[in-house]
Amino acid sequence: MAPVAAPDMLNPGVEDVVADAQRHQGVPAPKDQTMVINMGPQHPSTHGVLRLVLEIDGETVVSLAPDIGYLHTGIEKTCEAKFYQQVVPLTDRIDYLSPMTNNTAYALAVEKLLDLEIPAKAQWLRVMFNELMRINSHLVWLGTHAMDIGALTVFLYCFREREQLQRIFEAVAGQRMMTSYIRIGGVSLEPPLGLFDFIQAFLNDFPSKIDQYEGLLSNNPIWINRLKGVGYISPEDAIALGVTGPPLRAAGIDFDVRRDMPYSSYEKFQFNVPVSTESDVWARYVLRMQEMRESVKICQQALDGMPEGPITADAPKIILPGREQMKTQMEALIHHFKIVTEGFAVPAGEATSSVEAAHGMMNYYVVSDGTAKPYRVHMRNADFANLQALETMCKGRLLADVVAVIGSIDIVLGAIDR
Amino acid sequence: MEAALVGTLAVFEAHPDIPAVKALAGIATDAKFDRNELTITVARENIIAACEALKQAGYNFFEDVTAVDWYPSEPRFQITYHILSMSLKHRVRLIVRLAENDAVIDSIVGVWPAANFYEREVFDLFGVRFSGHPNLRRIMMPEDWQGHPLRKDYPVEGYR
Repeated sequence: MAPVAAPDMLNPGVEDVVADAQRHQGVPAPKDQTMVINMGPQHPSTHGVLRLVLEIDGETVVSLAPDIGYLHTGIEKTCEAKFYQQVVPLTDRIDYLSPMTNNTAYALAVEKLLDLEIPAKAQWLRVMFNELMRINSHLVWLGTHAMDIGALTVFLYCFREREQLQRIFEAVAGQRMMTSYIRIGGVSLEPPLGLFDFIQAFLNDFPSKIDQYEGLLSNNPIWINRLKGVGYISPEDAIALGVTGPPLRAAGIDFDVRRDMPYSSYEKFQFNVPVSTESDVWARYVLRMQEMRESVKICQQALDGMPEGPITADAPKIILPGREQMKTQMEALIHHFKIVTEGFAVPAGEATSSVEAAHGMMNYYVVSDGTAKPYRVHMRNADFANLQALETMCKGRLLADVVAVIGSIDIVLGAIDR
Repeated sequence: MEAALVGTLAVFEAHPDIPAVKALAGIATDAKFDRNELTITVARENIIAACEALKQAGYNFFEDVTAVDWYPSEPRFQITYHILSMSLKHRVRLIVRLAENDAVIDSIVGVWPAANFYEREVFDLFGVRFSGHPNLRRIMMPEDWQGHPLRKDYPVEGYR
């Protein structure tokens, strides 16, 4: 397809105005009785800068085209200009509600290329923080989803617990949101004294808080009427459209990367994968609530069985030495200097890692040409593929249901636009 | 780490039981088994046939398609497909190599509709065209953008 000529909007003629009106619109020209309306990118229920072009017939959605890219920051391009370890902070900013899950996925891919053995304690910490990130992400989802439907109170309760989680992340990584805690070869810092007690207190408390959210919502007739039977997608369509995560499991497909293709010692943890067959917004709500309870269980197992030992792999040419060693050992100082100034070379090849993020399957595809900078990093985020299924879920339904469905697929625009 | 197996002969002899190997034995032009990951290269004209064969073999889930730009060497573009089998719990990576002056490949939207956005993304950021795609427009960059940012000859800071 030839690139469309840029309309001259500073000095517009008629054809410029028409071209400008048409250039982002994926829907065909309206037929009789239908109207094309625009939703977003500045719309509170689109969870960021998602723009939807909707064709409606009365209140019924005839077609829907997402227009994305408003948050495109070229992270994949930037990765190619950084050393491997410098990419970690960039990955935080992709799915910014679960940064440590992104870190884990990236670290797993690079570790596969480097053939690094990760010590048990680092793996347990990764599992624990991945699950806390899942709770963190689901809390933001629940709060904003309920707010879209009109239940404003839930948001405040969810953010009360999220605040506890943010304090945990701050305690362990020094940062509330962009933690960059999980690094290539392990994790960045030894957990501080008292952190595990802090997490234990949260885990003791949290199940009763889930009951509280459910008490606010599950028997609420408005909530039930807005959610039940809305946003149906068949299991076949879900597979064909690349849907993963809670929307896929709500459609009855029992697939979870944590259980089926375990990474980072997930095979050593016992947990259930909630599945439902109703495949509507309600099923996705129930499923995510159950997932939070399962995450609490996994965190508890990780806390109880936390192994002793190092938190990084034994690879002095790849992992920065501790401050104490750096100040007392010549070799450690040399390694520190070389890693910081030149990075570390990664053997040529390509590797794919796959993790189950809060929103679904997250893959990182890293290609190395043998130098200290990645030749290509590609992220496959569940949000991007799940968004494709939005039209199938909304077609033929009421316009007001679109808002509920967007909430139920739980997108983060940072992960879609990258 | 086990040494990588390179070449169709070596891979197909060492792993004859993997369903993807059986399905693609006829059309693979190259193969690699490295770090426990199976990579199979096929010719450009066979991509739809390869996807159909994989789907028949139980690889039901399309994960993503992306590209790697090997500028200035030729063939310049490596189109990488990741396809997963949820029942076999196995992933296969399909590769097609395209020359710079003829960067066109058949769209696989007919096999997996999920490829729609991903192919648009590759078109937008690499300038590879997918023939038969229902809606091949830019997706990340503005429609009036010049150039394809993820190409290696595109500066990281952009054109000033």
